[in-house]
Amino acid sequence: MIAYLIRRILYAIPILIGVNLLTFALFFVVNTPDDMARMQLGIKRVTPEAIEHWKEQHGYNKPLLVNRGVKGIGKITDTIFWQKSASMFVLDFGFSDDGRSISREIYTRMGPSMAIALPTFIIGLLCYVSFALLMTLFRATALDIAGVSLCVVLMSISGLFYIIGGQFLISKLWHWVPISGYGEGAFKFIVLPVVIGVVSGIGSSSRWYRSIFLEEIGKDYVRTARAKGLSELRVLFTHVLKNASIPILTGVVVVIPLLFMGSLLTESFFGIPGLGNYTIDAINAQDFSIVRAMVFLGSLLYIAGLILTDISYTVVDPRVRLT
Amino acid sequence: MSFIPVILWSDALVFLLLAAGMLVVSYVRQHEYLRLPWRRVAKNSVAMVSLLVLSLFLLVGLLDTLHYRVELKDKNAGKTVYSPEVLSVFDKLVEPLRLHTEKTYSAPLATNLYSKESVTDVSGNIVREYSRLQYAGGQKEGSRDVLRRALFGGIAGFIAAGLLIGIRRAFLHRSPFPVRAGWVQSPVIFAALSIAGLIGMTVNLAGAYHVLGTDKVGQDVLYLSLKSIRTGLIIGTVTTLVTLPLALFLGVAAGYFRGWVDDIIQYIYTVLSSIPSVLLIAAAVLMMQVTIDTHPNWFETAASRADLRLVFLCLILGMTSWTGLCRLLRGETLKLREMEYIQAAQSFGVSSLRILSRHIIPNVMHIILIALVMDFSGLVLAEAVLSYVGVGVDPSMISFGTMINGARLEMAREPMVWWALAAAFGFMLVLVLAANLFADAVRDAFDPRLNRTEGDL
Amino acid sequence: MSLLKVNNLVTGLANGVAIVDGLSFDIAAGETYALLGESGCGKSMTALSLMRLLPDGVSNRSGSVELGGILLTGLAEREMRSIRGAQMAMIFQEPGLSLNPVMTLGAQIAEVLVLHQGLSGIKAHQRCIELLDGVGIPDAVRRVNDYPFQLSGGMKQRVMIAMALAGKPKLLVADEPTTALDVTIQAQVLQLLRDTQKHTGMAMLLITHDLGVVAQIAHRVGVMYAGQIIEQASREDLYAHPLHPYTQKLFAALPHAERSDQTLAAIAGAVPALGSIVQGCRFAPRCDQAWELCSEQTPTWTNIAKGQGVRCHLYDSSRVKVTSGEEGLTNNNFAPLPQSIPHSQTSLLIVNDLRVYFPIRKGILQRVVGQIKAVDGVSFSLSGGRTLALVGESGCGKTTLGKSLLQLIQSTAGSIQFDGSELRGMHKRFRQRASMQMVFQDPYASLNPKMRVAEILEEGMSAGNIGSNSIVRQTQIDSLLDKVGLARNSKWRYPHEFSGGQRQRIAIARALAVSPRLLICDEPTSALDVSVQAQILNLLKSLQHELNLSYLFITHNLAVVEYLAHEVCVMYLGRIVERGTVKEVLQHPAHPYTQALLSAVPRIDLTQGEYLKLEGDLPSAADPPAGCHFAPRCRHANSICRTAFPPIVQRSLTHAVHCYLA
Repeated sequence: MIAYLIRRILYAIPILIGVNLLTFALFFVVNTPDDMARMQLGIKRVTPEAIEHWKEQHGYNKPLLVNRGVKGIGKITDTIFWQKSASMFVLDFGFSDDGRSISREIYTRMGPSMAIALPTFIIGLLCYVSFALLMTLFRATALDIAGVSLCVVLMSISGLFYIIGGQFLISKLWHWVPISGYGEGAFKFIVLPVVIGVVSGIGSSSRWYRSIFLEEIGKDYVRTARAKGLSELRVLFTHVLKNASIPILTGVVVVIPLLFMGSLLTESFFGIPGLGNYTIDAINAQDFSIVRAMVFLGSLLYIAGLILTDISYTVVDPRVRLT
Repeated sequence: MSFIPVILWSDALVFLLLAAGMLVVSYVRQHEYLRLPWRRVAKNSVAMVSLLVLSLFLLVGLLDTLHYRVELKDKNAGKTVYSPEVLSVFDKLVEPLRLHTEKTYSAPLATNLYSKESVTDVSGNIVREYSRLQYAGGQKEGSRDVLRRALFGGIAGFIAAGLLIGIRRAFLHRSPFPVRAGWVQSPVIFAALSIAGLIGMTVNLAGAYHVLGTDKVGQDVLYLSLKSIRTGLIIGTVTTLVTLPLALFLGVAAGYFRGWVDDIIQYIYTVLSSIPSVLLIAAAVLMMQVTIDTHPNWFETAASRADLRLVFLCLILGMTSWTGLCRLLRGETLKLREMEYIQAAQSFGVSSLRILSRHIIPNVMHIILIALVMDFSGLVLAEAVLSYVGVGVDPSMISFGTMINGARLEMAREPMVWWALAAAFGFMLVLVLAANLFADAVRDAFDPRLNRTEGDL
Repeated sequence: MSLLKVNNLVTGLANGVAIVDGLSFDIAAGETYALLGESGCGKSMTALSLMRLLPDGVSNRSGSVELGGILLTGLAEREMRSIRGAQMAMIFQEPGLSLNPVMTLGAQIAEVLVLHQGLSGIKAHQRCIELLDGVGIPDAVRRVNDYPFQLSGGMKQRVMIAMALAGKPKLLVADEPTTALDVTIQAQVLQLLRDTQKHTGMAMLLITHDLGVVAQIAHRVGVMYAGQIIEQASREDLYAHPLHPYTQKLFAALPHAERSDQTLAAIAGAVPALGSIVQGCRFAPRCDQAWELCSEQTPTWTNIAKGQGVRCHLYDSSRVKVTSGEEGLTNNNFAPLPQSIPHSQTSLLIVNDLRVYFPIRKGILQRVVGQIKAVDGVSFSLSGGRTLALVGESGCGKTTLGKSLLQLIQSTAGSIQFDGSELRGMHKRFRQRASMQMVFQDPYASLNPKMRVAEILEEGMSAGNIGSNSIVRQTQIDSLLDKVGLARNSKWRYPHEFSGGQRQRIAIARALAVSPRLLICDEPTSALDVSVQAQILNLLKSLQHELNLSYLFITHNLAVVEYLAHEVCVMYLGRIVERGTVKEVLQHPAHPYTQALLSAVPRIDLTQGEYLKLEGDLPSAADPPAGCHFAPRCRHANSICRTAFPPIVQRSLTHAVHCYLA
């Protein structure tokens, strides 16, 4: 187990290096820092001085990969790559365009993001699995057909509609909870985004889980269980659910670390001061340092999710021994 | 009035896709094992109704893809000058819709503006009133005219479609179309007639009213919605031009050759898929934006700039979304390469390339097809979200995303302006729902795990 | 007084096609009734309809099932649940798939105890251990907490039996309980079933296709064909004089040493599609004793003697033409094969000390920490026109050996000389490729479903540049199809349009397309029914005479070996333990493993000798026992056996054995 984890973490390093190189290429090679400066300052009225000044202000006035002007280790370290890209390996994300520490922002915004994402995730999973189990129990009946049709319709609706429609109905028309915002008595601010988050996922998730359950229910061991005289409900809950949790985990556990990142749409619509909102603002303001940091953070969390998935297999599947 | 045809990048790609599609159809018709599942699709009436809806959308999209520029009257130093405005055949067909812009908001089928404005009346006083729309209602008033037009239009559409179907039936025995069995089913005919009635109704009404109202700058919402179709279709289909070859070749190669080839390909797709896709797309689009913005001299017209951005968006979406299919194909190839017929081929000394093309690829085709039709609806939905986030299509390009983005703040207005949002979401729902239902039917028809006996009977 | 009474049972698809069509039989307490039939005859569906566990889309349409006086067909589902697992229990064909992979054995057995015996907690646990112990699971106290994947196939089937016995059922339905198991394990499981029945007095319904298994365990037999029972008799009567032409053919189709110079009595054609015959006898199209009446009038059930009945016009009391079983048998003309052309004495294939090892990787750096020695120093030779059978149980490395000869799997060491040239280390597309070809086990996996027959046959020719142009190749394809007995126009069809036997013919034609001199046949008939197996064996035999082919025949079926092979090598855990001519090895086996293997094969002549019980399972090839691999399971083994692999002992010029005791 320990050896396996060490190996997985060692495997993660080249992946992260790849991500790092990819973002570096995207942000500094496709467009030079000069282009970015011109973009930020407005295309029409830029002087070379202004560009130089902007670059110096943001620390982009260095060579990309190798600094020939400096002796010794500085040749490598006194470069954009080292200071802006490689530094992310020690979670040093630098500063945003408005001069604030990105690491600090991430730290403070994680809370609100989790406050929305975690309940959405847990309640959602419970709802989807229950709905899917219900459809499976009544498979090939009118209830099942209606459920599947509902799922197809729900998954054909744009995520934006759920948010806009939900805001309109629940907040504006019925005045149950505030439309947006976050702060004292956070609960009332959380309810709406969580409900909308759960509802918007019902279609695709329940349908997916249903297909997993149906695949399991066709297997031989289910017939054995029925031959024992177990009721259909018992078969479903003790035998099928346990086996189906293996493929379900594959898709579910991997997103748990990513919950930290929050949801871009929900947070920006509801004005939650989380990481998703932060990212959207950064994209709109074209603040590349933040986008870069979020890309790296995202892949770090994704890899953590993969490792977590493997570990979770050992819990539900006795056949898996991590060696 | 003369014009020159304009082929934008996205147009060229659409034509390429169309050609590829025709090749696939002719290939399918030559292979019995491929025709069989399509016949199953044709027997599914839900699938055929979806296909009908999709074809209508496709028709609009294709008409909107034939672009041209009109010659201007005044010549510049004897040389012909063409308008910087790029139009499409579709624009020409619905010219009234495009040109009949009002001052600002008006509700669907309204005859007056939605908000009061100050006008000078006959006696010279300035009064605030809901002024008449310029292009709605004509001299007649009220709901009676609307009803009459709707009724006449509906009946006309119904009859036209009925005639068409009748003619088709009469010539059915000569039809070379392989899925004819699907067309004679009554649910499909019923759906076709209702859709035709709806279209007739809309066409007849649109001549005199803004069927779905107008937006803030007075543009007809129906026109905007119809124009959005092309954008959605392009995002949903052109992206596959990138995904498909990447996923197919890398996935199959990784699964078949294993070893270091597999290691490298797995590494690439793990790196790409480890970045949350919205962020990767955002990063790439931002960078593309910088490039486009810093080189304004690359583009002759605003349309070609917006178009290039659309093509790049497809490219970026493709680059970020091939990993899932690639992984799927790799897994399937790993299974297939242990099949005994592959080993039989190996024991003949058949070359790897030939094994891939004759044995592996034909046997993973159903996975590719299912993945492509399933991805389509996801991509259409993603466009709206990305455009909202600000990393989607060019703000000047009409799309569902830009429509929603432009209209969503109007929900806060009192009284509320809802029709632009409703139109965008409605059209998107119909498109995506039809695509999803069709995709389901395709998956059921091609899924080898569902045992069937009709092949043996 | 019968325990189970099935009366006129009809089970069918929703579209009206009957899978089980009017079945009637009964089983007394303590009796074993076997339903014998080939695949697709509806025997498994019968079992599932008794349990009322039919898959979606299949339903019980009429007839009655009565168990111990309770009418099962009339019970509500809730009441039926109290019968299942308690009054009647079932075991299935694939023990590996039939156990829940993520639940411990104890938990799965305890479910039955809780539900039907009212036991729980520590009592249930104790009972689980007793049950496991009872079915011969060693170390049951520890095993009860194991998961299914930790057990071998035979052990899993024992657990299934324990689970079935947990509810103390009056009737055990066993659906092909040993088909997925090796012969030695099969013998163990059959022994267990027999013993259990003796102790508990339960009745047993055995569903099987294997005449050998029936001979071992059944008291009475019902022979099924196309959804109907066509003959029913006590085991002794059936084996002594089968009445129905189909039953006679089944017996005649079995390969046997005495028939090795004859063609087998194959049944032409295939089982009719469900519901395709509504009128007349369902076997008539394939029956060589059929006359007009057979296809016009459906034969009724005729009781011949006490307990023996048949559904055939031949025995209709109103008919004059009554033939006895003996006559029926002699009616089958066993055509003698042409005299074998003298085979060349030079060896076509010489394999010397061949080893195929697969590395086991472990740890952070995935270093190689061990090897699975799938093939561990195998030597043999095969001359032109001869058949060498490679016999062994699953996991002994025989398939790996076959594939490594073809260079489909890289061998680790040794030499493979084919027709004088060394094959190891040659380029993947070497010249001699075409001279050696393979026929695979699974005719459904060995043909690409996306290619027409003509394309399949042409592939090898174009790869080997055989036939200058497509016209030449097309004529060759035609003659190949003639050779394997398929119609010429079948070359435009896709594999899914053919039955298993026809597919195997296509696979043989594909191999022959490149005019090979050696065919490696990897269990080519094990996926086929007996009657179809006979067709394929006949074909292989006549092709050998016609084309002077050599066969390396990989199999676990000793009856096939007796019929087809000239020489035999017996493999155990990667090594050949005994080799010799068929007569020497099968009639005078010298190695204890060969002896055990032979004694485990069920005989159909009801003269089963003493079964030399083989304890335990095949050890892992990753960690084989020291010395003679067979020593831990050998009852003659002494200390020297456990130290070093025994040297070869030459018992005759051709018969050699690796055993200290020989």
